[in-house]
Amino acid sequence: MKRFLTPPRITWLVLTLMITASAIWWLAGCASVAKFTTDAAKATGHISEDEAESLHRGIDAIDLTFQGLTPVQEYYIGRSVTARMLSSYDTYDNELTNRYLNEIGQTLAMASDRPETFGGYHFQLIETDEINAFAAPGGLILISTGMLDLCHTEDELAAVLAHEIGHVVGKHGLRAIKNSRLTSALTILGTESARHFGGSDLKQLVEDFGSGVEDITSTLLVNGYSRGLEEEADQIAITILKRVGYDPKALSSMLAEMEKRLKVGGPGFARTHPAPRDRIVAITPALIGLPDQIEPEVRYKRFEDATWKP
Amino acid sequence: MVMKSRDSKFSLSRRFGAGLWVALVLVAGLAWAAGQVMSVQVRTSNLRSRPSFLGATVTEMAYGTQVRVGSRQGPWVHVTGPNGQTGWLHESALSEDELAMVSGEAVAATGASSEEIALAGKGFNDQVEQEYRQQNRDLDFQTVDRMEKIVITPEQAAAFLAAGQVKPAEGGR
Repeated sequence: MKRFLTPPRITWLVLTLMITASAIWWLAGCASVAKFTTDAAKATGHISEDEAESLHRGIDAIDLTFQGLTPVQEYYIGRSVTARMLSSYDTYDNELTNRYLNEIGQTLAMASDRPETFGGYHFQLIETDEINAFAAPGGLILISTGMLDLCHTEDELAAVLAHEIGHVVGKHGLRAIKNSRLTSALTILGTESARHFGGSDLKQLVEDFGSGVEDITSTLLVNGYSRGLEEEADQIAITILKRVGYDPKALSSMLAEMEKRLKVGGPGFARTHPAPRDRIVAITPALIGLPDQIEPEVRYKRFEDATWKP
Repeated sequence: MVMKSRDSKFSLSRRFGAGLWVALVLVAGLAWAAGQVMSVQVRTSNLRSRPSFLGATVTEMAYGTQVRVGSRQGPWVHVTGPNGQTGWLHESALSEDELAMVSGEAVAATGASSEEIALAGKGFNDQVEQEYRQQNRDLDFQTVDRMEKIVITPEQAAAFLAAGQVKPAEGGR
């Protein structure tokens, strides 16, 4: 009977194992050394906590921790983020207008690259003159009456909603969660063998959850996303508008109106978004050569009927 | 002697080649088998008659439903459900993980045990939300619940577009 482990085979096996082990060690080592360095820089005051956090995020990019969240977890985070936002704003509860918003928004979402989230996409108007809109993870989207007012047509309103859907598709909200919350939560989940959380584990998990929700709400309300993520949301919006059959140029005309109305240093988009004129410049290449569309009378009429405010 | 040594070298490389093929076939086979069954990872997903966002609904599939995966067309996956229903699901609705039920409603519908439910919701789940709500009583979850009740079906979406003379790009998506 022939031996399976002949000397050459043993040599190959050992070599393969050694190469694999050293590759793993090297990758892990790079990340931890880099982390140690940023921690040290933070401790000595060379960089701020936020800078250290963003450096860690870069280092951890290979983990893609936020990508590890399931649609169910994203759903629960999104619910709490929205409940937080709604505690700061009154809702505008016209049934016809909100229904119309959902008809446009949910149809657009169906045509996106991520039509299916755990709880689906849902839209609600909030009553404020601020030009503002918020997209929570999972697809709960709030639009201000101030934002609605600057739209002249259904296509422009569709452009606003498609941009917010873009943030959900790109999971931009989840990216705002500091990695430390997720690694802490994942550690608990990794060690947790019981079926229900109890005592200190639940307490820590709720704390991580709450901090994550705060990370997202402060990004939505105060800091805004990076210019890169805003441009990504605009590009996703153009793709969706094209697929559904709305005029992608409506994004540009809506932004031109926003440029006129936004007050420098004012609340809402003036604070959290790149200047509309810069966004127009960024999207222009994607709009070149597209045919001019005339809004059909029937579409214009239903827009007027649904958005008319006494 | 020389000939013999050549023969044995030849047979060694041939054996190596055959081994490689066996390994490749095994790996491919495993990958194929692993991709065969997937689970619905959203609360409910519409099984569509054709691979398009305007495709009519054949039936609704609940979270955790296991489907057999067939061909793909772009982001659309042709599947067969547990009762033999066939149609298209969007890839964003599917997970390779085996999922159990998550909510009380799902329990009532399927008779899943409470153990299965707790396992499914590991992580940021209903239990965590309840605890968070206890600590933050000023948050407006009522409106969130109300928002979730407005659902536009694919059929309503298609009718809405047609009524507004919005013409989707050729072939849809």
